[in-house]
Amino acid sequence: MTTLFDTDQYIINIGPQHPSTHGGLHVEALLDGEEVQEAIVHLGYVHRSLEKIAESRTYTQFIPYASRMDYLATHLPTLGYVQAVEKLMGIEVPERAEYIRIIVGELSRIASHMLFVGSLAIDLGATTGLVYCLRDRELIMNLFEMSSGQRLLASYARVGGFAEDLPEEFFPALQAFLDKLPTMVEEYHGLLTGNEILQARCRGIGVLTADMAVAYGVTGPNLRASGVAYDLRKDDPYGIYERFDFKIPLGERGDCWDRLMVRVEEIEESGRIIRQALKDLPGGEIRSKVPRILKPEKGLEVYYRIESAKGELGYFLVSDGGEKPYRIHIRAPSFINLMALGPISRGGKLQDIIANIATLDPVLGESDR
Amino acid sequence: MNQTELDQLISPFRDKIGDFEIAADKFISYIIIKPDQLPALMQLLRKDCGFNHLSDLTAVDYGEEFEIIYRLYAIPGKVNVTVKTRVPRSQSELASICSIYPTADWQEREAYDLMGIIFDGHPNLVRVLLPDDFTGHPLRKDYQKGR
Repeated sequence: MTTLFDTDQYIINIGPQHPSTHGGLHVEALLDGEEVQEAIVHLGYVHRSLEKIAESRTYTQFIPYASRMDYLATHLPTLGYVQAVEKLMGIEVPERAEYIRIIVGELSRIASHMLFVGSLAIDLGATTGLVYCLRDRELIMNLFEMSSGQRLLASYARVGGFAEDLPEEFFPALQAFLDKLPTMVEEYHGLLTGNEILQARCRGIGVLTADMAVAYGVTGPNLRASGVAYDLRKDDPYGIYERFDFKIPLGERGDCWDRLMVRVEEIEESGRIIRQALKDLPGGEIRSKVPRILKPEKGLEVYYRIESAKGELGYFLVSDGGEKPYRIHIRAPSFINLMALGPISRGGKLQDIIANIATLDPVLGESDR
Repeated sequence: MNQTELDQLISPFRDKIGDFEIAADKFISYIIIKPDQLPALMQLLRKDCGFNHLSDLTAVDYGEEFEIIYRLYAIPGKVNVTVKTRVPRSQSELASICSIYPTADWQEREAYDLMGIIFDGHPNLVRVLLPDDFTGHPLRKDYQKGR
């Protein structure tokens, strides 16, 4: 017999059309009152079959598709892709291009983390926080526009280097940005991380323990927030990252708060890397001599991974000797990080799912590919 | 890891996991194993050898056969092991390693969704990227558009 006081399982669908899901993400929350019993993630709303498209494009033609994966850190996925092709072809990259790769790569990381801080703020109700972060990110977008003519989807990298050298006006603008960076971070601390409400919404929420993080394959700032020092720039250095001096910020508890603080600190560390790269930037060629049509050896395959803004981004390329790849597989960090959303949301409150999505920082263009 | 290191690492366990082969291409060396011995090998690499990070799991269509590739890393560090196995196209089934590496969950679902590999023992082997009513597996080389 049912009585007035019986409880029932209640289902709330968050997304796919909802500002806090950062794209087409659908989370099905099974609730007991306000408590989450299960959070089921449904993906695929932005699936563009990039891996299938890649099989009908030449190696060079895939570059713009790569930049459309993680569109918030547009240079990093393209850099990962061209470096994978370079490894496959055995192409060397000029020194100047290597340094510029560091500069635009780290700028992308800063842009992505700034948007992370801003979108976390607006998801938790602090609309003003977003405005400050977007204002600062705008300076990076201006720099990207100077580099390639594109603000958001800069397909700037090429196999063997870059499409063109950076224009002269890029360097004073970058210097001005770097000079302002400490003030920006200070402002985030004053406005957001010093805010009592934001702290209450983040501290102790969505705890991802170190064991859990490793088991679910979580990488990037999310893994480091759980206290695991694993950063491919240090652990499996690629490009010229070995030459730079920087710290890997670590969290302790792996809650939303740590995931936020790790990223704010990473903004500062990336700033340090760019300053060093700018100081040592050599002159010379921007692109090495690369055959017009790229035809890697038949049967050759390569797996190349970089530390993108979201975590470990891996490209698996198989060549059949033709000018088009036989198979491309992309290990998308957002896709795999999202697997942790269910486990960390279980047992929490409904509103914590919003904070958990925001701090896991998925970009759906990448997770759905 | 190069070929000799890999051999030294795995060979003491030969009686546990059965027959395997160590091969190398231009960039890496890898273990080739039969699909039915895969869970035992994975268990061993996870528990005894400390490879706690399954970075990537994917499948490649080679016509008569599918190749399934597992890339394992030890955190912290950059030591890695790559495991390859092949299943025939007519019977593209092998055991799931979800219980050994929880991160294999969605990656196996993706390989099922796009390549049509069946992972036996997977708790929830449904499509992850494509709609549920989609027919076919688009990354197979014989997939025809519009079918």
